[in-house]
Amino acid sequence: MAGLELLSDQGYRLDGRRAAELRKVQARMGVFAQADGSAYIEQGNTRALAVVYGPHEVRGSRSKTLHDRAVINCQYSMATFSTAERKRRPHGDRKSSEMSLHLKQTFEAAVLTQLYPRSQIDIYVKILQSDGGNYSACVNAATLALVDAGIPMRDYVCACTAGFVEDTPLADLCHAEESGGGTTLALALLPRSENIALVQMDARLHQDHLDALMEAAMMACKGLSKVLDSVVRQHLQEVSVLTRE
Amino acid sequence: MRETPLSNCERLFLLKAIEEKKRLDGRQAYDYRNIKITFGTDYGCCTVCLGKTRVLAQVSCELVPPKDSRPTEGIMFFNLELSSMASPGFQPSRQSELLVTLNRQLERCLRNSKCIDTESLCVVSGEKVWQIRVDVHVLNHDGNLMDAASIAAISALCHFRRPDVAIQGRDITVFSPEERDPVPLSIYHMPICVSFAFFQQGTYLLVDPCEKEELVMDGLLVIAMNKHREILNT
Repeated sequence: MAGLELLSDQGYRLDGRRAAELRKVQARMGVFAQADGSAYIEQGNTRALAVVYGPHEVRGSRSKTLHDRAVINCQYSMATFSTAERKRRPHGDRKSSEMSLHLKQTFEAAVLTQLYPRSQIDIYVKILQSDGGNYSACVNAATLALVDAGIPMRDYVCACTAGFVEDTPLADLCHAEESGGGTTLALALLPRSENIALVQMDARLHQDHLDALMEAAMMACKGLSKVLDSVVRQHLQEVSVLTRE
Repeated sequence: MRETPLSNCERLFLLKAIEEKKRLDGRQAYDYRNIKITFGTDYGCCTVCLGKTRVLAQVSCELVPPKDSRPTEGIMFFNLELSSMASPGFQPSRQSELLVTLNRQLERCLRNSKCIDTESLCVVSGEKVWQIRVDVHVLNHDGNLMDAASIAAISALCHFRRPDVAIQGRDITVFSPEERDPVPLSIYHMPICVSFAFFQQGTYLLVDPCEKEELVMDGLLVIAMNKHREILNT
């Protein structure tokens, strides 16, 4: 592509990172007092907010109730000011519905829903600023929010994107790299058991490169899981200091 | 109308059979059902029968102003509909999860993989481009709608011929099929989706699940590939 070079000869990307380097992650838990669990995460310039309500009785149609497990209800939306051009339809369009579905599938695999039959867990995620890796930021924020709400999970769910430029896999893509026309792979992983909750890939990729790309994404997810773990421990320390006499 | 749920004994039977490497219709784990592709009399009309799953795709075109962000590219629009005759559980008004998933998967498979040359659909840059609309209707649901829909869509696109146009300055003349032969679309490659169903936490993998197997499966992996061994999307 003319102009922008996604990977320079010295191995630096557009924002000065190396090929396998993640963006800076900052996260806070317990952002809202009203919700059962909430979290805010910043991955580079992408900012996401997640709020969890539950487990509570199934609201709306009773027919959705499952007799042996909890129903997970996810809603994904983007703030109208999150992208460069004002978003005219923040929710209800097909892309948002697909994201909500993917989030629901991801968390159904991770949350121990068998412990809460006939109930519902709501996860609401909002993107405040979008700079690539929307899905991953949502998953990471929702994981922290679920931990904040005290809902038991099998493991942290960490998600990251990976791309491929000239035989080098890149980890954690920003918006310019995603829309550059190259391959994008989004992976949601349960790091300890190395189980994949969801994998999604766009654009052309030769079959031989798939392994390298998956490896890069898994390494990035594991790195991210360490960051999330440290955030949770720090939050618990702060909370226990405050509640201690 | 709600779908009839699968009874426990049917579920257990299916899972046990899969453990013993047997399928309901006698196929092997990696066997596809018989695929029959028939074309209609109109250009761009295609029916695919994957076993008992039947899907109809129709391609049509129209001259429209292009999108502001891409003035030199044509527009591809995909629409998949689950008609009520396909299954008792499909209702026309509801925006069900399956519908959204299938639509998005079809869009990503055909649009993001850039299998059609959209630049060739441009007539007058910034003013008039061809909008190619692919409508896929599911006529009978017996499992694996995604594969059938992708085969139907790409076959219909290959079969389709758009009217020839001539540009003189700012005047556009669209010739009818009688005046000049219609022109085929320029297609780079043919992406086809293949679905894998997981059972027992991924221990068993089946290709092309039928409806009952879909109700019992743990997970689904859909990979779109073309014959050059390139993976297009999962």
